[in-house]
Amino acid sequence: MKRLYTHSGDRIFAWALLLLALGVVVLALLMAYELYQGGSLALKRFGLLGFALGREWDPVIQKSFGAWPYILGTVIVSLSALLLSFFPALAAAIFAAEYAPRWLAQVINFLLDLMAAVPSVVYGLWGIFVLAPWIRDQVQLPLYMWAAEHAPWLVPILGVPTGYGLMTAVLILASMIVPYTAALARDAIALVPKEHREAAYALGATRWEVMRMAILPLARGGIIAGAFLALARAVGETMAVTMVIGNSHKLPYTLFGGAATMPSVIANEFTEAVEDLHLSALIAVGFLLFWVSMAVNFAAAYVLRRQERLVKGVL
Amino acid sequence: MLPAGNLRSLEKNLALRARYRKERFMMALVGLGTGLAFLILLLVLAYALSQGAGALNLDFFLKDMRPPGETGGGLRQAIVGTLIVDGLGLLIALPFGLAAGILLAEYPDHPVNPYLRLLSDTLNGMPAILFGLLAFILIVKPMGGFSGLSGAFALGFLMIPILARSTEGVLALVPKEIREAGLALGLPRWRVILSLVLPTARAGLITGVLLAFARAAGEAAPLLFTAFGSPLLELNPLKPMDTLPLRLFAFAISPYEDWHRQAWAAGLVLFGLITLTSLLARWASRRRF
Repeated sequence: MKRLYTHSGDRIFAWALLLLALGVVVLALLMAYELYQGGSLALKRFGLLGFALGREWDPVIQKSFGAWPYILGTVIVSLSALLLSFFPALAAAIFAAEYAPRWLAQVINFLLDLMAAVPSVVYGLWGIFVLAPWIRDQVQLPLYMWAAEHAPWLVPILGVPTGYGLMTAVLILASMIVPYTAALARDAIALVPKEHREAAYALGATRWEVMRMAILPLARGGIIAGAFLALARAVGETMAVTMVIGNSHKLPYTLFGGAATMPSVIANEFTEAVEDLHLSALIAVGFLLFWVSMAVNFAAAYVLRRQERLVKGVL
Repeated sequence: MLPAGNLRSLEKNLALRARYRKERFMMALVGLGTGLAFLILLLVLAYALSQGAGALNLDFFLKDMRPPGETGGGLRQAIVGTLIVDGLGLLIALPFGLAAGILLAEYPDHPVNPYLRLLSDTLNGMPAILFGLLAFILIVKPMGGFSGLSGAFALGFLMIPILARSTEGVLALVPKEIREAGLALGLPRWRVILSLVLPTARAGLITGVLLAFARAAGEAAPLLFTAFGSPLLELNPLKPMDTLPLRLFAFAISPYEDWHRQAWAAGLVLFGLITLTSLLARWASRRRF
């Protein structure tokens, strides 16, 4: 399109905007670069693969660093939390978007906002003083006693019932990531054209059949994108997990026993790391974490974009 | 004839009944799932309210914390620190976030937009602790020590992508006619944006800013090795500063009973601060759109 006139102020304004806006791009690039630079001491010493797959993390005696326990911990904790939270979150989204009366839907939406706004340390605080002791006394100890008597092979899988470990971390994390799946799923369901519903109802479908056959297939992309976003949150969640996971990188992990994740080890050891190699290894863990969440976020963006095109095509 | 017809309708009834049964079952599951989704949230809120309210008093806001083992005192230094570090962070983030949002919304054909949008979304989902690492490398290391300012930078980094996306969303709601009217009057584009579009979207912009502020106010992870924490009131941002989430974390993992009590109070105040900001944000945006 040809401009009728150009105003010099416009050009200056657009350039100024661009310059400031590029701050976003610079921030992302800077993060990738600085984390690599900061971690290069450890990455060079052990090699990228050697560092990522190394099982030894010993800052004191051997001064050997491998991030595998933390990568494994992150994968286990975040995937289990997603698995656990996905169906309740989807149910909440379905309920809020389709069946709830207006006021109740508003209450649910408010709760979802609230849930995303509750600081992670508050969840952690509750986890330390309420959930972990409760789980230890009411769930883990009885299970452990039972297993010790009737199924000794279960004991090494269960681990020591301390309350602070994988199980508690997964439960808290699952609750924390509900709003991310639920909000996107709700929006995706609301975007499905009304005609789809009406056509299905007119054919005599029950409410569930309408959901299954007319709504969910079209909303699928948004729901999956929401799950990816929730996963990204779970991968990066630091404080609440650090507070209840027990912070032990001793493999193999057990259901009740302590574990550690990539963010939790950074939060735990960073201020105590005095040696350059230790500090560098922690930053290198951050570098790996950066790429993991980059990948998950890109996946979410990709699915969401495809979904947008799909719904537009239907309309 | 009759029995056969009855049989067929019976079959139909059975199939229908099975479908209804499934319908009821699935609806029950949806209800149950919804309840489960909010179970822990409600428990956390109930605990924070009951435990925190008991521990809250005027001293909490007016006095600094006491050394371990002594009872009493407050968390004035953490409350003030939260406001300073978060406020400075907002100042750092505002120009970049707003500019990115304006560029995305007002120059939709700009060649950098797809990248800008993708990177904003990606940074939005980045673990907060990574922003802390970045601020540590960029500011704490060269300055030779922890400081409130480095914490502000960490939170600022965190807020930039949030502001960018919320600004874009709000500006997209401004009617096209407003821009057209300005342009038809011969105003240059920058005047249209600054004098017409932004003021029209003011309430929404404020909402976005408040939500970014609320989000950053609850973060402890990026501050662990930037703002670091301080037991005394510190107003100089070049020194280590305390914030509520940081102090809550330190108290929660400490062995002292009285500090646990104060941690709950800190949780309640923090939660109150964030809810208040969010409610303010909702109220601000409700009036306009």
